[in-house]
Amino acid sequence: MSETFKGKSTSRRAFLRGAAAAGAGAITAGAAHSATPDPLITEPQPWAQGLGEGVDVTPYGLPIKFESDVVRRNVDWLTADTISSINFTPIHALDGTITPQGCAFERHHSGAIELAKEDYRLMINGLVDTPLVFSYADLERFPRENHVYFCECAANTGMEWAGAQLNGAQFTHGMIHNMEYTGVSLRTILAEAGVKPEGKWVYVEGADASSNGRSIPMEKALDDVLVAFKANGEALRKEHGYPVRLVVPGWEGNMWVKWLRRIEVTDAAVQSREETSKYTDTLEDGTSRKWTWAMDAKSVVTSPSPQAPITHGQGPLVITGLAWSGRGAITRVDVSKDGGKTWETARLAKPGERMALTRFYLDTTWDGNEMLLQSRAMDETGYVQPTKTQLRDVRGLNSIYHNNCIQTWWVKPNGEAENVEVS
Amino acid sequence: MSKFLKFTLAAGFVISATAVFAGEYGLGRPALPEEVAAWDVKVMPDGRGLPEGSGDVWTGDEVFAENCAVCHGDFAEGVGNWPKLAGGWDTLDHDDPLKTVGSYWPYLSTVWDYVNRSMPFGNAQSLTNDEVYAIVAYILYSNNLVDEDFTLSHENFTEVEMPNAGGFILDDRAETEYAKWTGEPCMENCKDEVKITMRARVLDVTPDEEKAEAAEPATEEPVAVAAAEPEPAAEPDVAAVDPALVAAGEKVFKKCKACHQVGEGAKNRAGPQLNGVMGRAAGAVEGFKYSSALMAKADEGLVWNEETISAFLANPRGYMKGTKMGFAGLKSEEDQAAIAAYLSSFSD
Repeated sequence: MSETFKGKSTSRRAFLRGAAAAGAGAITAGAAHSATPDPLITEPQPWAQGLGEGVDVTPYGLPIKFESDVVRRNVDWLTADTISSINFTPIHALDGTITPQGCAFERHHSGAIELAKEDYRLMINGLVDTPLVFSYADLERFPRENHVYFCECAANTGMEWAGAQLNGAQFTHGMIHNMEYTGVSLRTILAEAGVKPEGKWVYVEGADASSNGRSIPMEKALDDVLVAFKANGEALRKEHGYPVRLVVPGWEGNMWVKWLRRIEVTDAAVQSREETSKYTDTLEDGTSRKWTWAMDAKSVVTSPSPQAPITHGQGPLVITGLAWSGRGAITRVDVSKDGGKTWETARLAKPGERMALTRFYLDTTWDGNEMLLQSRAMDETGYVQPTKTQLRDVRGLNSIYHNNCIQTWWVKPNGEAENVEVS
Repeated sequence: MSKFLKFTLAAGFVISATAVFAGEYGLGRPALPEEVAAWDVKVMPDGRGLPEGSGDVWTGDEVFAENCAVCHGDFAEGVGNWPKLAGGWDTLDHDDPLKTVGSYWPYLSTVWDYVNRSMPFGNAQSLTNDEVYAIVAYILYSNNLVDEDFTLSHENFTEVEMPNAGGFILDDRAETEYAKWTGEPCMENCKDEVKITMRARVLDVTPDEEKAEAAEPATEEPVAVAAAEPEPAAEPDVAAVDPALVAAGEKVFKKCKACHQVGEGAKNRAGPQLNGVMGRAAGAVEGFKYSSALMAKADEGLVWNEETISAFLANPRGYMKGTKMGFAGLKSEEDQAAIAAYLSSFSD
């Protein structure tokens, strides 16, 4: 991916439409009583008289047409070519924590390939007692596990380092998805080949032309890494690595190698392109951190947000968002409406789960005044999500990856929201 | 082969494998040395994994021009948003550091490994070992790290010093960040005042909402792909093309997709967009920078039709020495005909 996130000609926005909708909403919300009967109730409607579609019209169901805007979106100017690029999950429009596969962000280095199960092979080699080759059918015969984990690209929010740039939670925080994976523990597969004592790392690589490869320390490999073949109950989508991908809980998405074809036990890190020239973090003095694998605790308000303005005027308002940590479970999320002066603790929909998205809600009453909305996550290590200023104080402005700063949405009296930075 | 037969063969294999080694489950089979050699091509920083071979800067210049320059520029300076491979020295502690092989990459092995396994884009693993050595030598030369008479080989590989080899530290967040940002956070009176210091709308780089919506109805309009449509498409010459051949061409075209777009909204990428290419003079797509080799042919009056496009695709560099198209070619005449049929289904 390009590392220069600057410079793009002006483009028009759905600014007016959002504002108009907000205004209309405010009026009806103010008038709690209706003067005339609602024809949607008093008149028979076509859907209540005629017939709908029969079964089998869509053998594999798709979202209804009214939801056609809830889709992955790309930012054209980010990369040279969509074949080697990324798009964003519409988190502003989703609720709960599980990301449907069809709108879960994609990141490819050489395009999403079509690799059939019959053509799939997984090789384990290097410092093992017996180098092995598995077919897809072989993998299905190992004991299986189910786990929900988030997968976040290390570059999520990366375009925001230098300043507020993209106007929407989808674009600032949408390089993330959260799925329930079914697969075999990498530990089990490594044990089948027998790891030699001098094996300290595993190098994992994909079957696509980019041959994306990463080195993972043996401790992690034997801990919770999964060789996964199902997500949310069904086969992985091709864009997520069908038929088999690696799941590396809590660690940057680039390590979750798709179309996994080879696992090599080595005595040292390979120092591949993706772990040297990319996915390293340059500090202010020009030195760069490497092997920054874990994704630190982070959260974002998904609604209201620029793509999800308040359209109902003052009164009851649900503020909601997502929180996650690559170093354990989320224990608490605080929300501020005044840019960080005061905070109130939000309600977690369910207790936080390790390395999985947590949904939070703040059920509140909006007085129609502007808000500077923020959320702040804490995880089980006691870590508190930092502000952008705190991050910049340590790392400078030239970082790209691992931006887990507190995000601010400026919600205006008309309900519209904008991505801003505050003092 | 019937599914049943496949199943019995596979099952038989597993049974024999079980007897061979002693994993807990006895699943899989031993990998053969040829198989490991085919897939395990990685190169380590200490040079382990490098095959024998060599390449010099001058050869690299030629191979680079042929295979890499379309995206990375003739001098490795990068084209558009594609990666710049040279320059950027002493910029790492500046705003917007330029990270290239010369300014940033700590290990030469990474360059060799990446070029060898993943490049050229859209035609990976097509280079010979000597070509990879030559390209790496040229990239070093472009970064002023070697002289023009330099030859890189497996023997002198580890002697090359990378300028930023010492520029990396291990993840130190535990010390520099976690300790600082842990504990009970402030809940009230955390700041005296809050001011907006920056707004996304000022920059205005967010993709347009309207664009996504406007694109929707387009998918319902008839696209000029004759194959899947029972009704003949608008262009009379399209209807004349064998739909089965067009469908076959669509599959073959996957090999071209990395660089060429065709159909509704097709744009120039590494290669020109191909709408209406059949029957058109070569080198005629607006806004695409063709190679001088192609423009020379265009001046001679080259027109793309089934015959010429098949000849070009059969052996791109043989047909047009100096073409920017980094594609090995389509050996099969059926594939060539299929591509010609597929392309003729798209008008301007």
